[in-house]
Amino acid sequence: MPDKKKLLLLGVLAILLASIFLFMQIDGQWSYTFPRRLKRAAAVGVAGFAVAYSSLLFQTITNNRILTPSIIGFDALYLLIQGATIFLLGADTTIAMNHQGYFLFNVVIMVLFAGLLYRFLFRREDQHIYFILLAGLVCGTLFRSVFSFLLVVIDPNEYQFIQDRMFASFNQVGGELLLMAAVFVVLVSLYSFRFIPVLDVLALGRDHAHNLGVDFKLTVNRLLMVVAVLVAVSTALVGPVTFLGLLVVNIAYSFISSYRHQILIPATFLISMTALFGGLLLVERVFSFAANLTIIINGIGGSYFLYRMLREGKKC
Amino acid sequence: MLKKRYFFLVLLVLSCCSLFVGVADFSPAALMSLEQNELELLLISRLPRLISILITGMGMAIAGLIMQQLSQNRFASPSTAGTMEAASLGVLTALIFFGSASMLQKMLLAFFFALVGTWIFIWILDNLVYKDALFVPLIGLMIGRVIAAVTTFFAYQYDLLQSLNAWLYGDFSAVLRGRYELLYLGIPAVILAYIYANRFTIAGFGEDFSANLGLNYYKIRYIGLGIVALVTSVVVLTVGEIPYIGLVVPNLITLMRGDNVKANIPYTALAGAILTLVCDMIGRLLLYPYEISVGLIIGGVGSAVFLFFIVRRKIYA
Repeated sequence: MPDKKKLLLLGVLAILLASIFLFMQIDGQWSYTFPRRLKRAAAVGVAGFAVAYSSLLFQTITNNRILTPSIIGFDALYLLIQGATIFLLGADTTIAMNHQGYFLFNVVIMVLFAGLLYRFLFRREDQHIYFILLAGLVCGTLFRSVFSFLLVVIDPNEYQFIQDRMFASFNQVGGELLLMAAVFVVLVSLYSFRFIPVLDVLALGRDHAHNLGVDFKLTVNRLLMVVAVLVAVSTALVGPVTFLGLLVVNIAYSFISSYRHQILIPATFLISMTALFGGLLLVERVFSFAANLTIIINGIGGSYFLYRMLREGKKC
Repeated sequence: MLKKRYFFLVLLVLSCCSLFVGVADFSPAALMSLEQNELELLLISRLPRLISILITGMGMAIAGLIMQQLSQNRFASPSTAGTMEAASLGVLTALIFFGSASMLQKMLLAFFFALVGTWIFIWILDNLVYKDALFVPLIGLMIGRVIAAVTTFFAYQYDLLQSLNAWLYGDFSAVLRGRYELLYLGIPAVILAYIYANRFTIAGFGEDFSANLGLNYYKIRYIGLGIVALVTSVVVLTVGEIPYIGLVVPNLITLMRGDNVKANIPYTALAGAILTLVCDMIGRLLLYPYEISVGLIIGGVGSAVFLFFIVRRKIYA
């Protein structure tokens, strides 16, 4: 099957699942149900795109199929911000806070962290990209240590609020937030789309890219910032979904026989939509909310990761 | 060159200090005229705490050293190879399915999980062609995150997230008589590590090299992994997850003394104990009379040192 057809197939599947999600059992209560479902679907769209696209970019930059951008400490930093706010201000104040301001605050802190990390680490000429990742992971471990310290000392009543925020949710996303996040994602993506031809070259590896005339350091630096903004926005919007990107990009690679990003980008996006809408339907209609979507995704994505490592470690 | 006896002396002095740090008043003068309640304080709380700190520090440092030898990578350690997270998954499994299990049974389960987790890491390393020094810990940390995700999944399903967090939180303040004795298993593990030290080094060079020197490669590897899993699981179960000791201490000692593993083992063990003890005392004194857990202090110190290592890797590794 040619790739165009596969894309079409994915598109049909994604739209089908999205419309089931939107219109199933709506039972005449259009004015109440539909806008709410639409909002959730939009949240899925924005976050799903940001996660899928950032993971694809990240794996291309790092020339690696088993890493995801959130491992460089974003998840842990997000958790820490949530924990620290609730610990310092209390759950009541946190809930009453200006959502947009808080969202922006989250995004800015995360992007700032990534920026500092890159700046500090890219200072040296010959720095390997794994070095940045490892440093990010180490920071992540530190954030996690502080976070679990907060969890232990926090008021048990407020623990529940933190626990709610430890897992991604598409349910409580406000309309203004959504708009803001969408604007961020669209702007950053538009900026990065000009790199699409370069991405195909980057995927060949650092040395080949150099030989073919790509300013590796500059390009990677910019793309990493794009990744940082995308991950920060999606994390601040719905919460951490660590392994979704990993899963989606790998499925895309094994389904699409092309390595051109022009095709891979829409493919990852559509697969991400399919996975999220399918997952949501599964959680809500089959398990009747007994399971948590992100936890399922992390479980499947994580197991898939281990499987890949064990089966195909030779190729990594 | 620093002598072993200096290390020992420092450890001894610090240990004595540690006995007298705490909220309940207990001064060295009280040793002379031990009253009933002071004796109890000493035997039930302070002494067990000190012993568990020492064994944890030594054991984790040695476990890290063994992993670094077996994988021939400076950045391998129980907390960068998924061992610790696997042991935690074992503890959770015990909590879910065998709620009334004894500590020993819980430990056996955690041990089994830790063994499997470490084995997965080593197995992946074996299959890896591209062995960049920094890629190995990256893989290990990813495996750890995956296992932690699985743990979170089940903990959430069984509504055990909060109690698991409390259980696995690296902290010596809950160590009391009757609750830490499993840690003594760490002592034979350290002795075994000393006996096998040279063989771990040889095994690290690979199967063919070991066979040439008449060594049963797989046996040595399983002994090494067994020691690592044993130490990690008893520590996770009695104290909680303490990151980085196994990473930082052996590297510091190697930096100071070169690469002779057998000669380094006593130093590594002593330095591990000293580091843990110092971090624990800092945690106890910083916000006195409250306590910052040792996990957080070591997490902070360890992260800084680890970053330092990878920054100057060019010269060092």
